[in-house]
Order: sequence, then structure tokens, then C-alpha cells
Amino acid sequence: MYKFFLRSLISVLFLLGFSLNANAEFKVGFVYVGPTGDHGWTYQHHEGRNAVEALGIKTTYVESVPEGADAERVIRQLAQSGHDLIFTTSFGYMDPTNKVAKDFPNVKFEHATGYKREHSNVSTYSARFYEGRTLLGHMAGKMTKTNTIGYIASFPIPEVIRGINAMTLAAQKVNPDIKTKIVWVFTWYDPGKESEAAQALIDQGADIIMQHTDSTAPVQVAEKAGVWSFGQASDMQRFAPKSILTSIIDDWAPYYVERSIAARDGTWKQQDTWHGLKEGMVAMAPYNSAMGSDLIKEVEQLQKDLASGKAHSFTGPIYDQKGNILVAEGAVADDGMLAGMNVYVKGVEGDIPQ
Amino acid sequence: MIRVEKRNDVSRSIYFLTPVLAIFLTLFGGGIIFFILGFNPIEALKFFFITPISDLYGLSELLVKATPLCLIAIGLSFCFKSNNWNIGAEGQLIFGGIVGGGVALLFYNHDGFYVLPIIILSGAIGGMLFAMIPAILKTYFNTNEILVSLMLVYVAKLLLDFLVVGPWSNPEGFNFPETRQFSESARMPILFDGIRIHAGIFITLISVFLSWLILYKTYLGFQIKVSGLSLKTAKYAGFKGKTMIIIVFMISGACAGLAGVGEITGPIGQLHRNISPDYGFTAIIVAFLGRLNPIGIIFASLIVALTYLGAETAQIFLQVPKYTGQVFQGMILFFLLGSDYLLFFKIKFLGLKKNEL
Repeated sequence: MYKFFLRSLISVLFLLGFSLNANAEFKVGFVYVGPTGDHGWTYQHHEGRNAVEALGIKTTYVESVPEGADAERVIRQLAQSGHDLIFTTSFGYMDPTNKVAKDFPNVKFEHATGYKREHSNVSTYSARFYEGRTLLGHMAGKMTKTNTIGYIASFPIPEVIRGINAMTLAAQKVNPDIKTKIVWVFTWYDPGKESEAAQALIDQGADIIMQHTDSTAPVQVAEKAGVWSFGQASDMQRFAPKSILTSIIDDWAPYYVERSIAARDGTWKQQDTWHGLKEGMVAMAPYNSAMGSDLIKEVEQLQKDLASGKAHSFTGPIYDQKGNILVAEGAVADDGMLAGMNVYVKGVEGDIPQ
Repeated sequence: MIRVEKRNDVSRSIYFLTPVLAIFLTLFGGGIIFFILGFNPIEALKFFFITPISDLYGLSELLVKATPLCLIAIGLSFCFKSNNWNIGAEGQLIFGGIVGGGVALLFYNHDGFYVLPIIILSGAIGGMLFAMIPAILKTYFNTNEILVSLMLVYVAKLLLDFLVVGPWSNPEGFNFPETRQFSESARMPILFDGIRIHAGIFITLISVFLSWLILYKTYLGFQIKVSGLSLKTAKYAGFKGKTMIIIVFMISGACAGLAGVGEITGPIGQLHRNISPDYGFTAIIVAFLGRLNPIGIIFASLIVALTYLGAETAQIFLQVPKYTGQVFQGMILFFLLGSDYLLFFKIKFLGLKKNEL
């Protein structure tokens, strides 16, 4: 018995002793916060990775990495194991990304949705999702019968507040009586909580459900209740074919391809990217024909104008809830104001949780 | 004919062989799973169990991960040994983190050697008080401690959510759900430059030693063991059951609270919503894998920590799904409990005797 164990131990150790030679091939690493099958945020980043892989560039990903003490190790391991460019695709990776970047000056880091670039090898990138929200607002304002829009919000950070405001402003433009009701769920992904929130909003009279969370639960609740809804991050049409008017799609593929090629060819430079409809980082899924062809035409025109810069989501006059002016008539909000947005515009109900 | 017989004396050699056997069986079972998934089993196992700890950084990460697991499991062993089912170590960890983190924020931009000890102490007290809730409810109102301690996990999580989103959120943090980074004086000292192993490991080691002392050298330890073996005997011997229940919960909660405060002042450095990747629940596996024995728990925490690291490296190098780590944890426990059977029973292979034919 003992001899058997001893022999197997020796043979296993011997076999394990063969190590693979590390090679100097160009490699790109991705760190995901969720599973690749979430049909939302991580799914779209994974699609972006697939586009890089399709170029013949070797890629690696690690999924469901918690935003706590583990993130730093995973990022460091990717850097250590010969990855030349690393995308960290969640806000919570901001400090770990910068920490690791300091120790690996030759590795390039790209952090999604953050604002810290403490070292010259860290870039940040995000998308102007609020442009998509403007289109949603236009459709919602036209389609609602109860003049009440239900909005499932994740965290009271500028990105989410910006989306709520952009949507409300656009809806008010076509329907001055519009009211926006918000439920804060304090999660990015929790199908249970999200569907409860959707139901609560429907019970309060909302006949449009919008979400700034990643699961498909809200659109499925809307489908059952027979109200309109919008998908988030990826085209969620197949989860609620009748209810969904369109989805805002995060298309990271062009950016990931561009940055991977730049890093491979040695032309990569630090930058802060904020792309929108124009560059295609924000895209719209096909519009539901139930809206009618007139409305679809209007929305398509607005989409073109937002992309070309002829229209802007935050064009004055814009007032806050108390009626103070935020953006003067004829002016547009600058990126600095958008990046730090922490007040609701007039017409949004309730207070921002502080 | 096969006959299973209860052993009168547990064989010493098998006692030491079973954990090794469990690990071998896990390696074997894991190899089969990798093979089914289409990976080279030997290569996958190498990336899983050897690569993560093949350098100094990896070894330090192993200890970083094992430190809280070991500490919590040590605390839990007091509860489990005395038949008190504290399932809520995760909540006690979070509550300890909240209290310790609150004190750390109170001392923001304060220098002084006294800052860190106060934070650590307050974290331990936080976890201890939180664990006393199920203990007191059990002793005085006869509630089920499994349910109460488990439910309190969600209470602690929601409280942490509330604090980091609202009153404690970083004023310069654009409303993101996290507090400020603690000042240097509130951080666990890093032992060596460039790696993350921190002074928290000494807290764990001291706790291991103290728990051994209490369990094996004191009257309290004797009471705990007797109550675990037979409640009736304990009562007959005149042990004060209620006091003991509260004390084991206090010890367990303090350990979990210490683990929480070690995480936030160590590798994390601030409070946010994800201060623990379910350490409090994983520590239950660690406690049983270590046979509720202080030395055993040290080894068990290292092995379970390795399954986490291994899952990450295996995904990086081979794109093995990350959840295989959890499969390995489950397999180790399953095989250990299975081979424990051999500890208490022996299997006799008897030839067929002539008169039976």
C-alpha cells in the first residue's frame, strides 16, 4: 500500500516537473467581473475579446473576478505571465490596476470606466451611454400612455445619473408631462432584485421600464406585464420579443481591436477615451416595428444627429429639481460637467441617495 | 463476503493517511474532470497545484488567502466542537470589518503606533458582539442558531452596503460605493517589499496557538469537548451550558471579526461592498477538513487557498472554467469524509468458507 502511494507520488511529481517554455508571443489579457454568459456587461466585453482573437492575436481571460483583494493578484498574474496589454473591465479594478501597472512599466493597462491614470502605462476608456439614453427617452416619451417612466438604477454614480437625466430631458422634449420614477437596486447584476424593482415600478403606473443593470430579468417582467422595455448592454430582444423597443449595445470590439494592434505595433499611448454613437462604441439594436415607421424615422434621424454632433444630449436650458439653471439656453454641457454629474434634472422624482 | 466492522481503536497510521488519500483521490478525480473537459490532465493539474506557488509572490499570495480562512476556521472549531452551529462567520467578518473600518475612518490622517491596534481590537469586538446575538437568542429564547447566524449575514451585508453608499462614501469618490483609502497608520505592515503578505499572519498564528492552549490545556476546553461528545454528560457533570455557548460564539465571532479587519487593513485598504469573497462560508469547509484541530486547520486552509489560486492560474494558462476551483473544494471535502469512514470502520474481505457453500 505505502509503496504504491510512494510510486504514484514520485511519478506524478516527475510528470509535473515538465514545464512549458514561456514564449515571447504578443498576448492580450482580459479581467471580467461577471461570467461570460451574463448577456450583459461581461458578455459584451467577451465579444470584444473574440474580435481581437479573430485577428490572430492570442488572448486570455479570467471571469468572475471579485472586486476585492483577489483582483490585484489576477491582474498581476496576467502581467507576470507575459501578457503585453491587459483590459480590466470593471470600475472596482481601478486601484489594483494602477498598483500593478506601477510594477510592470512595460505592460500596457486599459481600465474601463475609471478615472485614475497614475502611471503612463494606464489608459482609461468608457462609452457615452447617455447618447443611447437620449434616444430611449425620445421613444419613451412618445410611447407612454401613463406619462410615467420606470427606471431601475444601480448605483448613484455620475454615469447612472447622467443616463437618467439624458433620458428624462429627451422624453420631456416630446412629452412635457413626463415623470421619471427610479428604484435604486444597488447592484449591477441581481436578477431577483431587478425583477422586483421592475414589478414595483409597473405597480406604480410605469408603462415603460428602463434599466441600468445587466440582467435580462426586467425586460422579462415587462414582457409578462405587457409594458414596453429597453435592453441594456447587449441586444436582449430574444428575451422579450414583444416588449423591447430596442437595446443600447456596448460595442467594445472596435476599441479593443484598435488598442491591441497599437500595443502590438508599439504605437500605444496613454489616453482617456470616451466614445459614443459616432465611433460606434454605443450602438442601437434594431427598432421594434410596433413603434410605427414615423417614430422609427424620427429616432433614426436623432441618432444620426447625435453621432454627427448636430444634436447633443445635454442642450440648454437645463434646470435642476429646484428650478436652478444648470446649462444656459443654447449651450451644451461640457465633458467635465458630465463626468461629475450628481444632481437630477427637473422632472425626475425623488432624491439621489447620498 | 465483505464485512464492515467498527474499529475499537482508531488506527494511527490510517488517521494520518486519510487526508493524504483524500488529496490523492481529488487529484485523480480532478484529472478525470480535466480529461473530460478536453484538457491534458497532467498539465492542467500542474497549472492548478504547482504553478501558483512556484515563486515567492505565489507563496505569499497563498498565505494572504489562507490567513483569513485559517483564522475564521479556528474560531469556528470552538463552536463546532461543542455542537454549536455557527454558520454566520461571514456576517461576523463583515461586521468586524465595518466596526474596524469605521474606526480607521475616524483616525483618517492620524499618525501614531496606537491607531492600528485600536482598529484591530475594535474589529474583534465588533465580530464578537455580532456573534453574541445568535448565542444569546439560543440560550435565553431557544432559537435555532443556524438560522439566526445565517440570516445575520445578510443584515451585515446590507449594513455595509448602506454605509459605503451613504454616510461613509468617499467625498471625492464621485458617489462610487466605497470609502476613502485608509491612512498608512491604519494599514497592516507589509512584511517584505513587493509581495502582499502582511502582519495579519501573526494574528492568525497567535490565534492558532491560543486555541490549542484553550482547547487542550484548560477547563473550558474540556467542557467544550465533553459538550460536543454528549450534552447529557455535560449537564450531569454540572457544566454551565449557557455560559459556554456564549463564550464559544464570542471566540468564533472575534476570530471572524479579526479576519475582516485583517482584510480591510491589509490587501484592500478601504471599505467597499466586496471585502470578502465568502471567506466565512469557505472557512466551514476548512474547519472540517482540518478536523477541528488547530494544526489540521493550518494545513486545510493552505490547501483550500491553493484551490482558489489554482483556479485562477488554470484559467489564465489553459482557459479552464474558473468554477473548477469550487469543484475541487467540494471533492476534497467529499473524499475526506468518505475516507473518514475507513477511520471508524474496517472492511474485512473474507473468503468463502467451505461450509457456506
